[in-house]
Amino acid sequence: MNINEILSKPAEAARREGPSNKIVLSSRVRLARNLATLPFPGWAKKTVRVETFKLIRDNVIEVAPMRDGFHAGMEELPTLDKQLLVERHFISREHAAKTAGSGMVLSSDEALCVMINEEDHLRMQALLPGLQVDKAWMAIDQFDTALESNLDYAFCKRRGYLTACPTNLGTGIRVSAMLHLPGLVLSEQINQIVQAVNKLGLAVRGLHGEGTEALGNVFQVSNQMTLGETESDIVERLNKVLLQIIDHEENARAKLLENKPKMVYNHIGRAYGILANSHSISSKETMNLLSLFRLGIDLSLFPGNKPALTEELFIITQPAHLQKTLAGKLSAEKRDILRANLLRSRLLKVDRPDTPDTGKTEENEE
Amino acid sequence: MICDICKENEATVHLTQMVEGKTKKIDLCESCSKAKGVDDPTGFSLADLLLGLGASQEMEESGSTTGKCPKCGFSQTDFKKTGRLGCPDCYDHFTEGVESLLKSMHKGTRHTGKAPAVWQQTKVYVDRLHSLQTKLDKAVAKEDYEKAAEVRDEISRVKSDFSESSIV
Repeated sequence: MNINEILSKPAEAARREGPSNKIVLSSRVRLARNLATLPFPGWAKKTVRVETFKLIRDNVIEVAPMRDGFHAGMEELPTLDKQLLVERHFISREHAAKTAGSGMVLSSDEALCVMINEEDHLRMQALLPGLQVDKAWMAIDQFDTALESNLDYAFCKRRGYLTACPTNLGTGIRVSAMLHLPGLVLSEQINQIVQAVNKLGLAVRGLHGEGTEALGNVFQVSNQMTLGETESDIVERLNKVLLQIIDHEENARAKLLENKPKMVYNHIGRAYGILANSHSISSKETMNLLSLFRLGIDLSLFPGNKPALTEELFIITQPAHLQKTLAGKLSAEKRDILRANLLRSRLLKVDRPDTPDTGKTEENEE
Repeated sequence: MICDICKENEATVHLTQMVEGKTKKIDLCESCSKAKGVDDPTGFSLADLLLGLGASQEMEESGSTTGKCPKCGFSQTDFKKTGRLGCPDCYDHFTEGVESLLKSMHKGTRHTGKAPAVWQQTKVYVDRLHSLQTKLDKAVAKEDYEKAAEVRDEISRVKSDFSESSIV
């Protein structure tokens, strides 16, 4: 089994578009569900976990969108493939570390994915490009309803869906969006925004969720409270906040261009310079520079190039993707060199940024 | 005032966060606040902290939550270590500790969202019975026995419909 043949090609995945795609990279809704009478995965003995996994998997693959999908037990997947799935946001890092008794099912259009025996028996997600949290909720709600007719969920009227961790109790819902916010970072407003969003009871995290860094100016905003509110209220509230963040980001970009164009062009120009000419580059630096390159495309400084290009480069320069497409397992130094080669060749056809003459010199810009 | 985490040192960091209009407060000593990353406002959220901290303590404080879950053998100590429960039944066994924990963590302590279809049917049924019962009481109070008889028939019809259609 070659996971490269199962997953969509990076270029194809990068071309998927949705509303407000300039700033909102993707929207996700995940539900946590458990089976009644069985211990949660973290507490279950291996034999029980293996049995539970089979039972759930057999039911999940019968639901319409999963019938022609991909499924695997975690023990069947090589480490590199698991890492690849993490980089595509289909499974969590924690899940990638699991072995027999845990697994995953992915729909053929890659919009739905189920992790079996992660922290809960079922973690199902709908992942859509752009700002579509409401559609993602509808999709996963429908899937959950179809699945529930055959599985006996742990549910109680007062507390709702019972989850391994009390933080997910009730609706078991986590609504999140991945946002690209270079404007707010460059204008140093991001901390204020993060704090304001936190005050609303929402969490702001890095690229891969809990406990991760905000690489490439990508931030994940999600709800934290799951009990005492309906799913649609949670979705709606998050959506409202997201629209406001989009507004702030757009304003920040406009203001930066108006007040500090040289600073913006400097960042973008340097990012282009390094990406197109380096001979060794880490994945972290790549992500941060690609973010600026993407900002340049958004600002029409690279005519003829689409955001999908940066999206694709973002995917293929990540460690597992790089190793999978090139030569299998590689050392970090070797990866940095190959990553730079890849970027140089892909940016060969991209002209230098076409920055308008601002009519200002550096002295009078302040 | 002593630290909410170590319960030993004097608390010097006092943190208040408004979450959805509710004030949540926590007091920490110097070293615990550093350990929890409170000094870095970007990476910090009170809810995350309350999870790790409130959980074990509140479970400890409530007397009835001692011992192990009869269903899966999970204990408080296990919860302290992992922050996760053992099985769905643990929620009933550790009920008091869980209740106060939920209060600090969520918007409410009662579920108001989606329910499996089986439960939804039951809810519709219960609601319908309720409203019919109210009607019946009213009719009886008004000594409108004709109406009361009608409602009574309706009630028995609803009841028999439900027992036929339901798995209960």
